[in-house]
Amino acid sequence: MREAWLPLAVLLALGAAPLLGFGGSYETTLMARVMILAMAAVSLSFLVGGAGLVSLGHAASVGVGAYAVAILDAHNVTEATRVLPAAIGAAALFSLVTGAVAIRTSGVHFIMITLAFGQMAFFTASSLAAYGGDDGYTLYSRTEVWGSRLLGDRLAFHYVCLGALALTWALCAMLLASRFGRVLRAARENAQRVEAVGLSPYPFRLVAYVIAGAIGGAAGFLLANATEFVSPAGISWQRSGELLFMVILGGVGRLWGAILGAVAFVLLETWLADHVAHWKMVFGPLLVLAVLFLKGGLSGLVVRRHG
Amino acid sequence: MTTQLLLVQALNGLQLGILLFLVAAGLTLVFGVMDFINLAHGVQYMLGAYLGASLAAATGSFWLGLLLALPAALIAGLVLEVLVFRHLYDRDHLAQVLATFGVILFLNEGVKLVWGAAPLQVAVPPLLEGGVQIMPGLQYPLYRVAVLGAGLATAGLLWWLVERTRAGMLVRAGATNAPMVSALGVDIGRLFTLVFAFGAMLAGFAGVLAGPIFSVEPGMGDTVLILAFVVIVIGGIGSIRGAFVAALLVGLIDTLGKSLMPDLMRLFLDASAARQAGAALASMLVYVAMAAILAFRPAGLFPVRAG
Repeated sequence: MREAWLPLAVLLALGAAPLLGFGGSYETTLMARVMILAMAAVSLSFLVGGAGLVSLGHAASVGVGAYAVAILDAHNVTEATRVLPAAIGAAALFSLVTGAVAIRTSGVHFIMITLAFGQMAFFTASSLAAYGGDDGYTLYSRTEVWGSRLLGDRLAFHYVCLGALALTWALCAMLLASRFGRVLRAARENAQRVEAVGLSPYPFRLVAYVIAGAIGGAAGFLLANATEFVSPAGISWQRSGELLFMVILGGVGRLWGAILGAVAFVLLETWLADHVAHWKMVFGPLLVLAVLFLKGGLSGLVVRRHG
Repeated sequence: MTTQLLLVQALNGLQLGILLFLVAAGLTLVFGVMDFINLAHGVQYMLGAYLGASLAAATGSFWLGLLLALPAALIAGLVLEVLVFRHLYDRDHLAQVLATFGVILFLNEGVKLVWGAAPLQVAVPPLLEGGVQIMPGLQYPLYRVAVLGAGLATAGLLWWLVERTRAGMLVRAGATNAPMVSALGVDIGRLFTLVFAFGAMLAGFAGVLAGPIFSVEPGMGDTVLILAFVVIVIGGIGSIRGAFVAALLVGLIDTLGKSLMPDLMRLFLDASAARQAGAALASMLVYVAMAAILAFRPAGLFPVRAG
């Protein structure tokens, strides 16, 4: 963990930023986006780097969490003690059902089937006419915590997101270091040998998939509250691709890399979108170059320099 | 729902299936022979459509446009292969997915820059205007019949190329065991480039054909790409025969689903809700079919690779 000084520094910086004059609406909105996407990316990194399950449908679990908030909001349920468990539970259930099928396959098929399930979630969301359909749904208000409008406060929300991200990182790191995580990593390297010592990788992978999905659901809960808006676009396969990119950009195999990846991704995207008209024409090639030349990702760069 | 309407929809479904096959054929070969996931295959279809549309407009003839668009699409494919894809063959799937995702971002935006964001309309060539009588009192557009015929002819040609020529034999051998083919003294790199360029041209051909039927717009390749992936996964990666069967299946399921589902939903819901729910459910049908098939046959309907 000695190499983890950088992500800790990033978390500290995020924690200190509002106190150092970056507490404005624009900055906190941007940072909230960074932290929430980082949360989703860390959970995806847990899947990809830890269990070797390359999911191209992770945005779906985020979307399920977000839609749980929207649907409950439409029915006047805005109490976090009920909404948050619902968001996490719905995403976990979605992951359990889809994972049960998807994990039977491997490699390319797994990528494709998770993509297919993501598309199913996307089209389901577009069909929810009562909750905005294609256009999306605007929340009446942010979720309340025991009746108080805590999440409506910019600073409070900032630190809730920060806490959630730190918790996600700690949880995933602990899981990977545990016996459970060792089985996952062993199965990633050689599933046959794991079977030979008497363990079936399937339930381990499924549990990992469900955990990642549940974290995605929590991120979705926060995302819905951050933007007070939920739409099918957030479940699109492009979003899943972006999450994967954050993981790769940060470096597969280091959970905290995903945090760096998310920070770099969102800042780059925001900066380019503000300064270049056709920013995707710059962003796309950058992505290609990052994949071609930045093997090991940003975290690999950091570790190499200091290792 | 009358028999006539059903017949028309079935023909539309077959025709979508044929277009999907043209895109999926290149994809499945590239995938099968090189073990390379090319998400950018869809933008090659889009590029074909744009090239066809603007070349037809410039020359004043759809046919000249088609004739010129094919080599142009082939060259575009070759340029991409040399610049980007060649460097990805020995990388893992994750890297391939992301780098080609970057290419998609670039080209989708590039197309907007060159041709504008508004959809282009392509006129049906005068030779193929009007309709044919397929049943008493039922006209079907001649152009769509021609597309069906052209697609079937191409499929036949492809079958001949793959099953009856030396290059085809190498491609099949490559899909089964590429290292062995390479060990036997075949320049696998050249074979890759050949397959790749040919696949790009087929996708471009499908794009030109699709021009007068669908609108030519940025992002049009993405939908087709995902359906084409579904096709090759259902059909079995690397199998042309599988791609053909699966493409027709997907085309039929998608088109018939879209026309039947809203009516089916009306049994449970009121009209407007039924329309929206039906459309979304129909969009999901293809993915449900894919998940079901993969759950029972994880390697697809016609698996190629041994063991």
